[in-house]
Amino acid sequence: MTKFPANIQIPLATWVDELMDWILAHWGGFFDALGDILLQVLLYIEKFFLVMPWYVVLILVGLVAWRALGRWWHGLVMAALLFVIGTFGYWRLAMMTLGLVTSAVIISLTIGIPAGILMARNNLVEQLLRPFLDAMQTMPSFVYLIPALMLFGLGKVPAVFATIIYAVPPVIRLTNVGIRQVPQTVLEAAESLGSSSRQILFNVQLPLAFPSIMVGVNQTTMMALSMVVVASMIGARGLGLEVLLAINRIEVGRGFEAGLSIVFLAIIIDRITHALAARQRQFTSH
Amino acid sequence: MVVPAGRTAHEILAEGEQYTDHPLNWSGILENREELSHGSDKFLEVKELWKIFGPKAEDLLQSDLKFSSKQEILDQTGCVVGLRNVSFNVRRGEFFMLMGLSGSGKSTCIRCLLRLIEPTAGHVLVNGEDICAFDKATLMSLRRKTFGMVFQHFGLFPHYTVRDNVAYGLKVGGASRVESYEKAQKAIETVGLKGWEDYLPGSLSGGMQQRVGIARALAKDPEILLMDEPFSGLDPLIRREMQDELVELQDKLHKTIIFVTHDLHEALKLGDRIAIMRDGEIIQLGTPEDVVTSPADDYVREFVQDASPAKILTADRIKEEPSLLIYEWQGPHVVRHLLRAARRQNAFVVSKHHTLLGLVTREGIDDLIKQGAASIKEAILADVPKCEPHTIVEDLFPLATSSHFSIAVTDSAGRFLGVIHDRTILDSMISDREETNND
Repeated sequence: MTKFPANIQIPLATWVDELMDWILAHWGGFFDALGDILLQVLLYIEKFFLVMPWYVVLILVGLVAWRALGRWWHGLVMAALLFVIGTFGYWRLAMMTLGLVTSAVIISLTIGIPAGILMARNNLVEQLLRPFLDAMQTMPSFVYLIPALMLFGLGKVPAVFATIIYAVPPVIRLTNVGIRQVPQTVLEAAESLGSSSRQILFNVQLPLAFPSIMVGVNQTTMMALSMVVVASMIGARGLGLEVLLAINRIEVGRGFEAGLSIVFLAIIIDRITHALAARQRQFTSH
Repeated sequence: MVVPAGRTAHEILAEGEQYTDHPLNWSGILENREELSHGSDKFLEVKELWKIFGPKAEDLLQSDLKFSSKQEILDQTGCVVGLRNVSFNVRRGEFFMLMGLSGSGKSTCIRCLLRLIEPTAGHVLVNGEDICAFDKATLMSLRRKTFGMVFQHFGLFPHYTVRDNVAYGLKVGGASRVESYEKAQKAIETVGLKGWEDYLPGSLSGGMQQRVGIARALAKDPEILLMDEPFSGLDPLIRREMQDELVELQDKLHKTIIFVTHDLHEALKLGDRIAIMRDGEIIQLGTPEDVVTSPADDYVREFVQDASPAKILTADRIKEEPSLLIYEWQGPHVVRHLLRAARRQNAFVVSKHHTLLGLVTREGIDDLIKQGAASIKEAILADVPKCEPHTIVEDLFPLATSSHFSIAVTDSAGRFLGVIHDRTILDSMISDREETNND
């Protein structure tokens, strides 16, 4: 009796396949159009990074890091890390990766923050969204590649699509948590002073949730970066592809350089967004 | 919970209804009966207010089950009774206390007045208008204009400066930046926080944070001030100071104040009238004197028992007419004669408007006469122990021991009201019980 009876089975795989077929047959045009729009946005943002002279990017990153982290030599270190990526010969690929990450993050935030607000203000929405968010975060990231591939074909667009699905949950969750953590008395006070629910949202809830939202932005950005690397399997160019090629050809040195470049990018992005989040936290220690 | 043995919940409830339905039968309000019967004096009316937390609260109100005890209702339906048939009236300018232990419904009650909590049934009338029937927009404008609320945990906006906190209520009401800052500044100065405008609340002490809370409630000049245990979170010394300042403020502003507290001393010190709540009902409603001298039941009695007379009696109550009062225009010889005739070593001096100027002693007058002065002005000692009518006896002890003169009672404008001798203070501690019982 160690075998599970073979006649009891749920053909979920078949259902999912059929659903995908149905979506492709009836909504193909919609996804084509969506893909085109996404592609335009992607190319535009990527171009922004590729067109800038390398030293301008270095100076900008240095300045932003200086402002965010508070010490001038922090800015210098961040710029130096980026400089090292350039010396590996990966400047262009790094900028492409940065472009993809930026696009994915911007789209994730435009979806994620309003979704988090909705979730915080409505218990039903929270109950409905929560299992989806759990699933999105626990599912291995590769799984998203398949439907993304089927809906949008090979290239940047499915890569960004898969990245968004993988990276959007933290910002939704942390926006929700941040708004829900605003003390009840503060809300009561705002209400007793005659605020509308819109005024409460913009004057009280969002400002007080801001540190938490920024932690969400940080996490979403980091997850987007890791996913962009994985998404190189379905045609996203950039540093991830370089790692993939190095693995396939067993070129340890090349893989090491590309991998190190990704780590450096991660450090730069993480430190800057993290510092922005921490800076706002002073109120909430109250 | 003090439910005397042998009484059923129905009996207790019936008693409660008697109090709430016929507040005029209460001895303490007898004197105000005339006033109360005028419609204009019912500035804020609460009528048969119910709040039941839980699903199907409305169904519960339709059934007879609502007359059961709180516990029975909880066991049978899972609903929690927050307020049970609460009715009371508050006059314009009155300082009205809602007192009870935690869970007695006092905080629920004060929130229902603003509909921060929606009452399940009943009416709240402000100036004759039922705010329970208001739509969202009308309710919002009512909150912006008529009410100001102060919270136990301050409820300040931690990301706004003191100035922006105080101006917030005006800004959401659509006032311009300049106008709201101007009014906010006035309110900030009223509560004595001038110079702190640009600080964040987190950097202020508890007492100062609550001043911000009070300024924020006062900024829009509301007619009704709701205060939900505003001083409970402060340490005793600051609490007393804030209470005194609130009394002073009320003297100037004449707001209608509804004040929630669990502290009997606070209620006795501040309130014109006190409503004592238990299990969501008002079980006694009366003046501080009534509550102390004739507690409605064991619950109130237990409350009152540990109230020492030193904490209840005020200077106003034990002050006496002075046996001799000197007027500033009286000459030295006249004053010496008066002092001798009254067999007194000293006496208080007042001006034409009865403002207390100080005290003259016999030696001082004798010296003046030797010098040949024509006026007693130079002999007046201005530094005499003084207190206000609402000062409690406990606070008189340090005054009495710090000086060998008697204590003068003056109002906030400095007018002389009476005198308290050391002996009177001690007497009051002993004879208080008999005295109040004979009233």
